[in-house]
Amino acid sequence: MTNTKADPTVTVRAFWPPIGLSLLILAIAVVTYASGQDGLAETITEMLIRVVVVVGMYVFIGNSGILSFGHIGFMAVGAYASAWLTCCTLPMLKPLYLPGLPEYLQSTSQPFLVGVAGGAVLPALTALVVGIPLMRLKGINASIATFALLAIIYTVYGNWDSVTAGTSSIANIPVVVSPWVAAIFSMAAIWIAFVYQTSKYGLMLRASRDDEVAATASGVAPVRLKLGAFVLSAAMVGVGGVLHANFLGILTVDAFYLTVTFLTLAMLIIGGVGSLSGAVIGVLFVTLIVEVLRGFESGVMVGGAVVQLPGGLQEVGLGVIMILILVLRPSGLTRSREISWPFGK
Amino acid sequence: MIAFLQNLVDAVSLGSLYALAALGIGLLFGILRLINFAHGDFITVGAYALIVPSTDAVARMFVGDFNVVALTLTVVAVVVVLALASDRILFRHLRRANPASLMIASFSFGYVIQNLLLMIYGGRPKAVGLWSQLNATIEIGALRVPLLQLIIIGVTLLLLLGLTLFMNYTRYGIQMRAASEDFVMARYLGIRADFVIGIAFAISGSLAALVSLLFVTQTGVLSPQLGMSVMIFAFVATVIGGMGSLIGAVIGGFVVGIVSAMLQAYLPADIRPFRDAFVFIIVILILLVRPSGIVRVKALTERV
Repeated sequence: MTNTKADPTVTVRAFWPPIGLSLLILAIAVVTYASGQDGLAETITEMLIRVVVVVGMYVFIGNSGILSFGHIGFMAVGAYASAWLTCCTLPMLKPLYLPGLPEYLQSTSQPFLVGVAGGAVLPALTALVVGIPLMRLKGINASIATFALLAIIYTVYGNWDSVTAGTSSIANIPVVVSPWVAAIFSMAAIWIAFVYQTSKYGLMLRASRDDEVAATASGVAPVRLKLGAFVLSAAMVGVGGVLHANFLGILTVDAFYLTVTFLTLAMLIIGGVGSLSGAVIGVLFVTLIVEVLRGFESGVMVGGAVVQLPGGLQEVGLGVIMILILVLRPSGLTRSREISWPFGK
Repeated sequence: MIAFLQNLVDAVSLGSLYALAALGIGLLFGILRLINFAHGDFITVGAYALIVPSTDAVARMFVGDFNVVALTLTVVAVVVVLALASDRILFRHLRRANPASLMIASFSFGYVIQNLLLMIYGGRPKAVGLWSQLNATIEIGALRVPLLQLIIIGVTLLLLLGLTLFMNYTRYGIQMRAASEDFVMARYLGIRADFVIGIAFAISGSLAALVSLLFVTQTGVLSPQLGMSVMIFAFVATVIGGMGSLIGAVIGGFVVGIVSAMLQAYLPADIRPFRDAFVFIIVILILLVRPSGIVRVKALTERV
């Protein structure tokens, strides 16, 4: 490190984790585009949206060390905020789907970016209001409280028929998210997360995660820092929800409950909860596993014979792999470290 | 007044189920710091044990047709074996993991069980009539009470009494309490860790089995998600009761059960669908007012 002054790659090295991860995302998007397959493009888009969500969750969970079950609730808040703003491709349907919306929302269909803004601001505000009391809680209590938050959001959105269409669905949301759009948003999420975790706030929060007493003694105020991270990550996960809504074009509340919570937490922990690279790699890895298993479920040619595994194996296989990783590599595939500079020391 | 008493019986019997489930979770937490998300799936497996080996679309009882004692013992045995196996193949390898990883590991284990059940039995709920004669109502004065609810309350009280005696007056019970007080110290004093943990898993499994029998008798429906709903409330009950305290788990179970049954009865009809939201808001409030739970456990208070 003594001769860094003369080394022009030093900046690149310092920013290598987000640069490397962005290149990875870009490469995936290019390969997808080049292949020209619609099925692949859909899978990849879905994966890149998950990157946004999981990186958003990482901003809070990874830096504060508090396992949150509530973030998928923010995803729902973001997704519905976007639906309220951007729905519908057939404008006259909107008052039918959502009779409880205020007049001015019923009569407009805003562009996608307005939906993104709304889908970031509303979850952030929710997180701010809820976070002020919740962030005082510690450890497992904070996790339970976020779990309660998920259940509350799920119950409210699931039953508030006039603005969420309840347990049926809102269709006709404009579909604008392509693999490219998803790639841009996931790269943005990676950079935001990186800038945050290397900022003084991120560093102070990580210090209080590792040793709260010592950090507090050094003048760190953990509650406020946690709240900041909570709000930022809620906004990011909310944007993930917007992408989800404007990718599928259809929204149901059931898409934002325990299964997705489990899947996204699994991705984060498999990758390595303590590092940004872990969050991204976890998503890529789990998606790969799920796709391979899905492939086997629909039958694969092996040496001239079709091997087909029973349906449902996808979930069982994912659970088993998850367990194996937790047992064999408890700190995740990346061992909770950032990816390192690949070109020499 | 009569209406209130009737609601109260409802509430206490629901609370009893939650208390039993919460106790199963609390036992393991005390010793292992494991929040066992798979506990709900243990309950589900207990319920499905009734129709083994039939996988027909229409449920056909096999174990479910045994007499009361044989049936109960079989179901308890199945779930206890499952609980012990979960320790042997999974949790034993995670003794040094942090609580968050343990929690996710148990969630994964439950996810595997749930999806295996889904693969074998399909996702469609199945109707089963277990001990349907218990659904009769009996009259006490002007009060009409389903017999089953009284049985649930009675069984719960008996189990709590039995467990209290076991914990206080038998060698293994005392060892378990010692282990949950200070696991490292208990080992120094010659308590065999894996043995005590095994007992805890066995008791937790038995409780799950009994919950599944009571629950299925009451609802008459099998589905792969059956244990999940009980588990969510039981899990919350363990926390607000005071993690690591068995009495706390029981109190927490009753609090959650009674609160949700009373809200169900007394909320105005148009906001009744939002009941769970109110239950969870109350949960958050309890956490804020008493972060260490209703019953505070000294061993768990972090010291600097």
